[in-house]
Parts: sequence; structure tokens; C-alpha cells
Amino acid sequence: MSTDFKLNQNNLSRRKFIGIIFLVFCLLGVLVAMMGLISLLIQVILQGYEWVTPNLIFNYPSRHPEQAGLWPALIGTLYMMGLTALITVPVGIGAAIYLEEYAPKNWITSFIEINTSNLAGVPSIVYGLLGLSIFVYFLKLERSILAGSLTMSLLILPLLILASREAIKAVPMAHREAAFALGGDKWQVVKMAVLPTAFPGILTGVILALSRAIGEAAPMVAITALVYITFVPVTPMDRFTVMPIQIFNWVSRPQDDFRGLAAGGIIILLFLLLSMNSIAVILRNKFQKRSEE
Amino acid sequence: MNLNNSVFDSKRGHRLRMKIEGRIVNLFVSICAFITLLVTFAIIWNLVQQSIGFFTQVSLIDFFTETRWSPILIPKSFGIAPLVAGTFLVTIIASFVAVPVGLSVAIYLAEYAPDTLRRILKPIIEVLAGIPTVVYGYFALTFVTPLLKIVFPEMIIFNALSAGLVMGIMIIPFVSSLTEDALIAVPNSLRQASYALGATRFETSIKVVVPAALSGIIAAFVLGLSRAIGETMLVTIAAGATPKLTFNPIESIQTMTAYIVQLALGEAANGSIEYQSIYAVGILLFLITFSMNTLGHWIVRRWRNVY
Repeated sequence: MSTDFKLNQNNLSRRKFIGIIFLVFCLLGVLVAMMGLISLLIQVILQGYEWVTPNLIFNYPSRHPEQAGLWPALIGTLYMMGLTALITVPVGIGAAIYLEEYAPKNWITSFIEINTSNLAGVPSIVYGLLGLSIFVYFLKLERSILAGSLTMSLLILPLLILASREAIKAVPMAHREAAFALGGDKWQVVKMAVLPTAFPGILTGVILALSRAIGEAAPMVAITALVYITFVPVTPMDRFTVMPIQIFNWVSRPQDDFRGLAAGGIIILLFLLLSMNSIAVILRNKFQKRSEE
Repeated sequence: MNLNNSVFDSKRGHRLRMKIEGRIVNLFVSICAFITLLVTFAIIWNLVQQSIGFFTQVSLIDFFTETRWSPILIPKSFGIAPLVAGTFLVTIIASFVAVPVGLSVAIYLAEYAPDTLRRILKPIIEVLAGIPTVVYGYFALTFVTPLLKIVFPEMIIFNALSAGLVMGIMIIPFVSSLTEDALIAVPNSLRQASYALGATRFETSIKVVVPAALSGIIAAFVLGLSRAIGETMLVTIAAGATPKLTFNPIESIQTMTAYIVQLALGEAANGSIEYQSIYAVGILLFLITFSMNTLGHWIVRRWRNVY
């Protein structure tokens, strides 16, 4: 460390002054981040609020902005979310249980751990390329909701594993020891002592991972390609579109009306994300209170 | 009926069932963990296998030394340099925003902010990480670009500067939260020792805490920038679709990710060289981000338990 800490009164006031300048600089940084968020939200709301109408929610896409809506994209998003959750939740929680409770401490386990955090950093478009060649072409699922959901499941799997592991790690050792002392075997201990305590944390992880999937457009562009869908998907093998792709489509058009429409779509998308995150917080608080009783 | 016997039987049956259940669960969770290895293997195998066709037609030397990327227009040329330049141009602009802002936010939250304020500010900044990237693309195109046009009237609508600045805002929370973790991990005894020597709060932060947390801070920068390199929709919407070997930020460029999206949207015929080229670009993108992430995680792990 430096040696220039001089206990000189004049010098001290200068040093304090430098400190204040630095604090102002830090506050400026905080301000830049806040301004970024605030101006983004204001821009979206100002441009989009008059476009948020029942038409926007319940209509099909159209060449005429005033009639265009994102109903197929909204249903597509919810449908894909449901399928993705069905696929990824058991696998993600299973992998987290294995890594925290079952895995022996050896190089394979630490390799799996490192690999999971590396997977979380793979660009989403690379998952899109994986889904395109494996699910769409190799397994011949075509550009279906199932292919999209499988791709999205792979994308959010590492996030879910990391979140679930944190939740399981936070369960006190005493819970496990008490359950073993009562004669439980490994699985009984996990099922009856670990998982109930870790449940709120896992649930939060699931919801946050799914909300990441809702906003993700890049891999879905690779999977769906077509952005002009005028029907609501029924079976998992139907073609589909999702909200971020519909918004992307509208943003890419030069007309101002479509930009407004895009802003309207963004308001609905952000509202959906906000409500999911609020549900996560509410559920967590509720379960946390119950487990403390 | 012998009551004792039936209780005994049901107990034994129950125990057997539990044992089988335990075995099945053990198998299931092991498979789940190994699926993650399978995914990594599939990603690499898929990129390699699909781009082999490309590299038999375009040599690696041409791929890295040609300076023109023209996959569709004849004469075709597959020099990756313009796409890499576009990607790094946007990333460098983003780092000019995200590194100083992320660092100052982290230092403020970890060293200065009172606890109550910190509890309000931190979630607000983390909201930035939860906003979908198409929304950032919209923001760059309809808000930041018109604003920049006042300063640079000759600027093209789709440009690297606007996309880079907004990407910088987007990765602030990644940089700031990892940096903050690193700062918080510095033990308080170091701060107390510094105060005891008569240092001010600023001197303690900059000359004691930041150097002690330096490895974690560098890891935060590396991981944040890797995030920026892999980001797709924002640059597709706002940075343009003109592969160009330039470092002029007010020009329209194309990044590696945006090229993949452009081709994927056009439904290029499966097996054509344009189609194969997205995997060649993909494998380079994967290698760059993978090595940066590995480096970042390695720095975190290697230096975490110094204290």
C-alpha cells in the first residue's frame, strides 16, 4: 500500500476534498445507471401507451398497424413457457440435488460444476443453432413449439441448476443430521428434510429462469424463422411465434405506427415479466414465513 | 386374521418400496447432472460437424485473412474480419460505459451507501438485467440514435455507437454485482487497519479495498464483456446489417451474432454454403466467449480464498 498517509492538517482537507470528488463520481455512475433505466421506461410508455388496447392483445398480426395484435405470440409464449417448465424443472432440480447431495467429491463432479457455470455463459444464439440442427432437422420436429421449448429448456437449464444449488446449499446441515438420526435413508432425508426447506428458493429460481426465457428472442428466431404467424398454436407440433419475435418484427419496420405498436407490445411483455417476478417474491415471502413457524 | 403379521408385512413392503424409490431417484438425479455434460458435448459436436462442410470449401487461411464478408452477393467472399471487427467495436464502446459505471456503482454500494439505500438501489439496478434484449434494441433505435443524431448529423440510423452505448447500460448490472461481491468479500479488518492509519474513506476504498479485490473486479469485467460479445437482438436491431471492416462508430456495421440472425431469418437452404457459414461464425463466437468465461471463472476460483 502507499506510504503517503501524512498527518498534516492542510493535507487532510485536500484529501477529504478528493474523497468528495470521488463520491460525486460514484454517485454519477449510479445516476447514469438509473437514468438509463428511467429513460428506457419513459420512452416505452410514452410511445406505447396509446397502442395498448384490446386489439393489441386479442388481434392477429396485420399489415394495418391499428388492427394488428399479438394474440398468437402471447399464446405462443405461454404455451412454450409451460412446455419448457415441464421439461426443465425436473431435470434442473434433479441435477442440483445430485451435485449438492449425492455427488462424490471427485474431479468428475468438479468438472460438471465448472461446466454448468460455463454453459450459463454460452451466447443464446449458439443454443439456437444447436436447436436448429438437432431438434428442427435431425429429430425432424420441424419449426414446432416442441423444438422451441426443448431449445429453451437447454438454455435455462444451467441457470436453474445454479439457483437450485444455492437454495439446497442454504439448508442447514442440522436438518439433514436430524433426519438421518430418525433413521431416514438418503432419499428420505432429501425428500422430507432438504427439499421442503429449499422449496421457496428453488421456486424463485424456476420463476426467474422462466422469465429469462420469456424475453429471449435470439434462439427463437433461429428456430421459428417465420415471423408472420396468423394462427394460434394448438398441438406441440404446430408452428408458432413468441412475443419478443413479434416485437422484433414490428421494430424492424420503418413506419412510425409499427414502432408504436412495438412499444405497446413491450409494455405487455414487461408487465408479464413484472407480474412473474412479483409472484416469485410473494411466494417466497409466504413460504418463508410458514417454514419459520 | 393376525394383526401383527400384516403390520410386519406392510412395514417390510414399505421398506422395500422406499429402497427401490431411493435407487430410482439416485439414477434419475445422476442422469440429470450428466445431461449438462451432454449439452456441452452436443454444442461443440454440432458446431464442429456443421462447419466442416464450410471449411472444406473455404480454407481457414481465407477465413481469417480475407477482409470482405459477402456470403450471398457474388463474388462470394468469406473473410470473418469485418464481423469480428463489428463485434469488438460494439463491445469496446459498451465497455466504455459499463466498466466505469459498473465499478463506481459497485464501490458506492459496497463502501459508501447506507444499508437502507443499498437495499433500495440494488434491486433497481438489477432490473436492468431482467429487461429483454429486444427492448434494449428498441430503446437504442428509437431513443438513443435520434439523440446522437443531434451531435453527429451525418450518422447513419443503424450504427455501432448507439448499439454499443445501450449495450453498456445493459451489462452494468452484470459488472456491478460481480464487482460488489468481490468488494464485500474483502475482510473488514483491512478497512479498520486502513482507518487506524488515518486514511480517509476514499483512500481506504481505492488504495486498500479495490487492490485487495482486484482479481474479482477483473473477472467481473471479463465476464461482462463476454456477455456483450454474445448479445444478439440489440445489435441486430440497432447496429445494422453491413459487414464492414471499420472502427468508425457512427457507421453501420454487422456483428457475428447479427449475421447469424440475418441468415436464420432468411430460411437459407439447409446444406448451402450460406447456411453452413452461420455455424462457422457460431463456432468462432463460441470459442471467444467460452475462453473468456473460463478465464473469468478461473480468476474467481483461483483468487477467492486469499483471506
